Amino acid sequence: MDLVLIVARTFGRTVLDVLPVLSFLVAFQLLVIRRPLPDWQKILSGTVFVIVGLSLFLLGLEQALFPVGRLMARQLSDPSLVGITTSADGSVLWQQFMWLYAFAFLIGFSTTIAEPSLLAVAIKANEVSGGSVHVWGLRVTVALGVAIGITLGCYRIISGTPLHYYIIAGYAVVVVQTLFAPKLIIPLAYDSGGVTTSTVTVPIVTALGLGLAEHIPGRSPLLDGFGLVAFASLFPIIAVLAYGQLAALRASFSKDSPRSG
Amino acid sequence: MQEAITALWGDLLGSLRDLAPIVLVIGSFQFLILDQPVESAAELLGGTALVVVGLTFFVYGLRLALFPVGESLAFSLARKGSLFWLLLFAFVLGFGTTMAEPALIAVTNEAAQIAAADGVIESTGQARDWYATGMRLTVAVAVGLALVIGVLRILTGWSLPLIIIGGYVTVIAMTGLAPPEIIGIAYDSGGVTTSTVTVPLVAALGIGLASSVAERNPMTDGFGLIALASLTPIIFVLGYGMLVQWTLS
Repeated sequence: MDLVLIVARTFGRTVLDVLPVLSFLVAFQLLVIRRPLPDWQKILSGTVFVIVGLSLFLLGLEQALFPVGRLMARQLSDPSLVGITTSADGSVLWQQFMWLYAFAFLIGFSTTIAEPSLLAVAIKANEVSGGSVHVWGLRVTVALGVAIGITLGCYRIISGTPLHYYIIAGYAVVVVQTLFAPKLIIPLAYDSGGVTTSTVTVPIVTALGLGLAEHIPGRSPLLDGFGLVAFASLFPIIAVLAYGQLAALRASFSKDSPRSG
Repeated sequence: MQEAITALWGDLLGSLRDLAPIVLVIGSFQFLILDQPVESAAELLGGTALVVVGLTFFVYGLRLALFPVGESLAFSLARKGSLFWLLLFAFVLGFGTTMAEPALIAVTNEAAQIAAADGVIESTGQARDWYATGMRLTVAVAVGLALVIGVLRILTGWSLPLIIIGGYVTVIAMTGLAPPEIIGIAYDSGGVTTSTVTVPLVAALGIGLASSVAERNPMTDGFGLIALASLTPIIFVLGYGMLVQWTLS
C-alpha cells in the first residue's frame, strides 16, 4: 500500500514538473511562430515517455543511487578499514582515508571519461582550435580535473576546512588563467564546468559527500556535506584553460623552432 | 515501429553506458577491498534497474517530444521575430527545463531532509516540500535569467569573461553575508542545473542565435550560455538562503 502511494505521488509531481514547459513550447509554436505542430502524436507519446521515465528514475534514485553513495561513504570511512580514526586531541586523521580518496578519484575520472556531453565539447574544441586541442587529450584532462576535484572535496569534508576558501581560490586561478589563455578556448572552458556532471553522477557524488559528513566525527551534513559537485564543476574549467594554454604554447614553440634551429 | 525500437535500444545503451563506470568502480571496491556482504543488495539492484529504464524512457521521450519542438522554436525565434518574444522564450526555456531536471529534483529533496534533520526548517512533510520547491523555483528563475543575459550578450557582443568574473565577485561577496548552512548547497546548485534536459536545448538556442547574427562566430559566441546558467543559480540560492533566514528571524 505504501509503495502504491509513493509511486502515485512521484507520478503526480512529475506531471506538474514537465507539463508547464511543454505547454509553453506548444503555445509558442501555435501563437508566436504561428505554425502547426510538426507531429502531435509523436509529441503526445514522447510526453508520456518523459513522465514515466522521470518517475521511474526518481524512484530508482531513492532506492539505489542515494543509498549506494551513502553506503560507500560509510564503508570506506569505517574504523575497521581505516584503523583508529581520531588522534589524541579527538580530531580526524585525514591521511587514513586513502581508500576513500582512491574511490573518489576513480568515480570522478570514470564517469567523466564516459560523459557524452564532454565528448561533444571536446570535438567542438578541436574544431575551434584548428586541431591544436586533441579530443582525447582534452577528455583525459577534464576527467583528471573532475577526479582531482572530487578527491580534494572529500579531503575538505574530512578535514572540515571551509568550502568557500577552496572555491574562492579556484575562482582566482580561473581569472588569472582567463587573462592568458587563447581567446577561443575561454567560452568552451567555462561551459565545460557545467556539462561534466551528469544526471547519474550528481546524486551519487552528493550522497557520497553527505554520507561522509554523517560518519566523520565532528562534521555536520548541512555545513560540510555539500560541495563535491561544486568542486567537480570548477576543476574542469581550470583543466580546459590549462590545456588550451599548453596547446597554444606548444603550437608557438613548434612554429618558432625551425627558425631558431 | 521498427524505428522506435531501434531508437529506444540506442537510448538504453546510452543509459547503460552512463551507469557502467559507476557500477564498475563500486563493484570492484566491494569485491576487492571491502569484501563484506552488502545488506539490501536486492533492493539496490532493483533500484539500479529502475534508474536505467527510467533514464532510457526519459531521454527517448525528450528526443521525441521536447527537443524537436524546442530546437525548431529556438532556431526560428533566433532568426526572425521580436526581441521581446526571443527574451521571453529564453527565460521560459531556462525556467521550464530546470524545473524538469532530474538531478535538481533529487538534490533539493535531499537538501530539505538535511535541513529538517538539522532543525533549520520544521520536520514536517509540508515544510520540506516548501523548502525543496522554493529552492527549485529559485534555481529555475536563475537559469531563466542567465539565458536572458546570455541571449543579450550574443546580440550585443558583451565580453563573456567580464560577466563571469563579475559573477564570481558577486558570489564571493554574498558568501560573506549568507547563512553558513546554505553555502555548500548554493555552490553545488550551479553544477546540478545543467544536465540532461537543459544542455541540448540551450546549445540549440545559442548556436541558432550566433549563426543568425552577422559578425558573430557560432563557435565562440554560441557557447557561454551554459557557463552563465551554472553561475546565476549560485548567486540566487545564496540570496534564497539570506531571504529564508531573514523571514524566520
